[in-house]
Amino acid sequence: MIADTMRMVKLGLKSLMLHKLRSCLTTAGILFGVASVIAMLAVGEGASAETLKQYREMGVTNVLLRSQKPEETQQSSASSMMSTLSYGLFYQEADRIQNLLPQATVVRVREFQRPVMRGENWGQTMIIGTEVNFLEVTNMKVHEGRWLTELDQQRQANVCVLGERLARMLFPLENPVGKTILVGIEDRFEIIGVLEYQGRAASPNGTTLDQCGFIPMTSSRRRFGDTVRNPLINRWEQVELHEIKVKLPSTAEVEGAAAVLDQMLQGEQVHRNKKDYEITVPLELLRKAEATERMFNLVLAVIASISLLVGDIGIMNVMLATVTERTREIGIRRALGAKKKHIVQQFLVEAGVLSALGGLVGVGLGMLVPYGIEKYFKQPTDIQAPHVMLAFGISAAVGVVFGLYPAWRAANMDPVEALRHE
Amino acid sequence: MAATAAAGAVATDEDARVTQSAERTIIAEFVDVHRHYVMGKNVVKALNGISMQVRKGDYLAIMGRSGSGKSTMLNILGGLDRPTTGEYRVGGRDVSKLNDDDLSDVRGREIGFIFQSFNLIPQLTVLENLEVPLFYQGRVGRESRAKAEYLAERVGLGKRLEHRPLELSGGQQQRVAIARALMNDPLFLLADEATGNLDSNTEKEILDLFDDLRPDGVTIVIVTHNPKVAERADQTLWLKDGQVEKLVNNRTAVAANGGHP
Ligand SMILES: Nc1ncnc2c1ncn2[C@@H]1O[C@H](COP(=O)(O)OP(=O)(O)OP(=O)(O)O)[C@@H](O)[C@H]1O
Ligand SMILES: [Mg+2]
Repeated sequence: MIADTMRMVKLGLKSLMLHKLRSCLTTAGILFGVASVIAMLAVGEGASAETLKQYREMGVTNVLLRSQKPEETQQSSASSMMSTLSYGLFYQEADRIQNLLPQATVVRVREFQRPVMRGENWGQTMIIGTEVNFLEVTNMKVHEGRWLTELDQQRQANVCVLGERLARMLFPLENPVGKTILVGIEDRFEIIGVLEYQGRAASPNGTTLDQCGFIPMTSSRRRFGDTVRNPLINRWEQVELHEIKVKLPSTAEVEGAAAVLDQMLQGEQVHRNKKDYEITVPLELLRKAEATERMFNLVLAVIASISLLVGDIGIMNVMLATVTERTREIGIRRALGAKKKHIVQQFLVEAGVLSALGGLVGVGLGMLVPYGIEKYFKQPTDIQAPHVMLAFGISAAVGVVFGLYPAWRAANMDPVEALRHE
Repeated sequence: MAATAAAGAVATDEDARVTQSAERTIIAEFVDVHRHYVMGKNVVKALNGISMQVRKGDYLAIMGRSGSGKSTMLNILGGLDRPTTGEYRVGGRDVSKLNDDDLSDVRGREIGFIFQSFNLIPQLTVLENLEVPLFYQGRVGRESRAKAEYLAERVGLGKRLEHRPLELSGGQQQRVAIARALMNDPLFLLADEATGNLDSNTEKEILDLFDDLRPDGVTIVIVTHNPKVAERADQTLWLKDGQVEKLVNNRTAVAANGGHP
């Protein structure tokens, strides 16, 4: 059985070798179809995987409220030229949110740029003043030492937890835990812990969590206050909270909570007519991205089918020509005892060999292209085994299906006529 | 004296073969075979009531003018075509009403075809060509290879097994075709103008090869236009307008005319 199949495949190859160029061109049709499908899917998958990952990292059960600077009308900008611009979310709003959504975990976040220094090592980085639940809400873990505690908050302690990258910058050789760093010009902080490396995308403030230092919210307020000078427009801005993260127990509650929060904030006098906050629902973004991805995949599938179809039509064309050319051979084989099914088999195997060869080389090329894109364009790609098998499977299967008609024609020739051919 | 005796012995042998014909088994038999082609309103009666028999060991030539029905008869003998009416028996079994698959098996098991234009498969080697008939019987393996080697040797091409048909001369190709026809141990060989594409020397070689095979009990039916070829057979069946005109015993005919045809 296997030996017979091997024989048929060998015979198919031999017959295809009769017309090398023609066979190669036909194979090329399939090859490029399969290759382009695999490459397109890999690139598409890579791009969307990156986005999806980013949204997942933001937390699918979270609702993120972020202060944003309102668009200034000319009048307001003129009138407030000298004064401090105040906008964004307030400390008490976090409490009100907690009352409104008792099941949620609410975390306040303040961010400010500060130079940090340890001996000769220093750099400008993002210091985040936050609360104990931050770790849970952002789904991060402590690598060494410990995270901030309630006691740290109460004491307004000068303690700091470092992101992995920041720790490596400031302490390239030693263990940071227990050492002190200088934040800003005069504030010394003791390092109490280092976080695990996250490798996540940058947050809206432009830095990744790995590059930040984390201190108690209370300490940040006391040491650095609520006002920041915006160096770009040389103006003081007062922002109490840059972000309030609200984590809900389940994804089912996310959308409802987001609506409630928006309504609550809209209802407040300070935010009225002044778009100075933004609500981000990672779950919603994720769903949208997934929907986009599905749409994209559908379009790809259609394009893929078309390109595979074109290749397979090529196979059918060549097989029809082959059958006509080899009418005499068909007659001989029939005279020597071949049944119709043998003739069908022979030409199906040939069509199958053509499409499988094209498919195989296509898979190779299709996997090489994303590799190249990743290497030279630094674009993430993602080759998925089901896609590869699908592209290969479809091309091979359709190749055989399109080989059926020519094979059927061959088998149903009258042997006498076939022998008389030419 | 010795020469005459030898000649006499040969003659007796030949006579014995022909006279004993009634006792040898019938391997192919036409019983009132008709083959009609319907062309619009016309019916062409290519074969119009033919009855004949081929017995084991026969060497039969079929002759007749163009259009007399030779090819039609050959196609039916070979199981490539079926009679419109009448019976065609191969090895005692009526095959005239078999379906396509069963008829294919009859061709593959009982009949060895030899064609005018050799009809080897160009992309296959000599060995592979020889194995084709057995392949369709599911009998390809070590044995088939040994058999192919033996038969190739038998037809004088033992060293050409790996060659392609186009690398061989016409005579050599026809030898391969004869070996291929013998691969399935057929009841009879069916040759269609087997020497029509060959020069007279090669023709003689091929006909000699047929003679060489006969002691093995090979039965040969050959369709030809060429009287010289037909002469080498024991009997000639003459067709005319789709009917048997006469069956001539080439041995006794020669003897009766004292060697003058
Ligand atoms: N497929 C066909 N359709 C219609 N008529 C046919 C067909 N094949 C043969 N005939 C007719 O049947 C008759 C016998 O033809 P056949 O081919 O058997 O003759 P033949 O003896 O082989 O002739 P030749 O010596 O020229 O080969 C002829 O009249 C021919 O026209
Ligand atoms: Mg003819």
